[in-house]
Amino acid sequence: MNIVITSTGNTTDSKFDLRFGRAAYFCVYNTHDQSTKFIENENAEAQGGAGTKSAEKIIELDVKRVISGDFGPKAKELLDKFKVQMVMLDDGNSTIEAIINKIS
Amino acid sequence: MAVKIAIASGKGGTGKTTVSLNLFHYFRQVLDTSVQLIDCDVEEPNDKLFLNDHQAQKIQTVNQLIPQIDTNNCTFCRQCVEYCEFNAIVVIPPAQFAEVNPALCHSCGACLHACNTPNAIVEQAHPIGQIQNYTENGELNFIEGRLNIGSAMQTMLIKEVIKSPTVNADIQLLDSPPGTSCPVVATVNNVDYCILVTEPSPFGLHDLKLMVDLLHELNVPFGVIINKSDNHYPEMDAYFEEQNIEVLGRIPFSTEYAKRYAQGRIFENIPKDVEEAYKEIISKLQTKVCYYA
Repeated sequence: MNIVITSTGNTTDSKFDLRFGRAAYFCVYNTHDQSTKFIENENAEAQGGAGTKSAEKIIELDVKRVISGDFGPKAKELLDKFKVQMVMLDDGNSTIEAIINKIS
Repeated sequence: MAVKIAIASGKGGTGKTTVSLNLFHYFRQVLDTSVQLIDCDVEEPNDKLFLNDHQAQKIQTVNQLIPQIDTNNCTFCRQCVEYCEFNAIVVIPPAQFAEVNPALCHSCGACLHACNTPNAIVEQAHPIGQIQNYTENGELNFIEGRLNIGSAMQTMLIKEVIKSPTVNADIQLLDSPPGTSCPVVATVNNVDYCILVTEPSPFGLHDLKLMVDLLHELNVPFGVIINKSDNHYPEMDAYFEEQNIEVLGRIPFSTEYAKRYAQGRIFENIPKDVEEAYKEIISKLQTKVCYYA
């Protein structure tokens, strides 16, 4: 299963990004082989609709669970529609690695 | 053509509504001229609260055309997504999913232009708000725009409200929303003259400057009314002097008058000094009206 963790940078040392639509990177963690892949969020600076476009990206990546600080209403609606589980984590000091250790 | 005068402020709560209603009242009383009041503050129109004798007429619904994607015809090529400046379209090819988010759509029509597939995108009308006409003794002289709750299409509605009057008048007074953003631009953009209502305080002056910059950019002539003028704030007068800005009048503060405002009885027992201030403002505006007519 693919899990996305929103990240402020493109390594596992990076801090967790509390924002979903405007997260700097999406870390795609594959639970089968424990691999990670970082995708730059091209909508981070969008004038509007960043949440919608990020949700679209998540669905395209065939992700079943997203871990982020919070989700806006438009992103939430779309993720709900495609049965993507949203996990909210209120910890901006955590690294991506620490979160992966927690869920694996 | 009516002479269009907008009443704007920058800062909220300086007295746009009070000034708009009083000008509506005194213009007709002093000049014997036909005046229309148009409430352009579509997110929270409140002029009607003070106009008890006005009769509601037919309501006109304003619609926004929002494209809808028919997934039976769509090829999921994402061309429309590329064209959409507002990120309003979501197309997920593997899921055979394509949808327009009405909250983000600006009805620009770019997606229709982008799409090469017949009947894949069709525009449908979505209501964004209403325009309500009111008459007083049979004369249509008050128009109110009211945005539907949840809609973000203020500017589109304001533009429709401004061009909606079917009956002509000598003067149109446009009560503007607060601030200096798009809804205000939509209100003051094509007026002949703008009245800026301010209050003598640092906050009042700060936001007034933003509004002055905006009007310079739009090339709209303007003058200032200082409301609650009792407060002494020399920085403001220095600014007017330095910028060569015309002060149309100063309206003193009155607790009694503010109480009647809160009760919706703005035209009762107007204090003498307030009345004199408005009459002086009207005489200054009269020459401008003649100039722009």
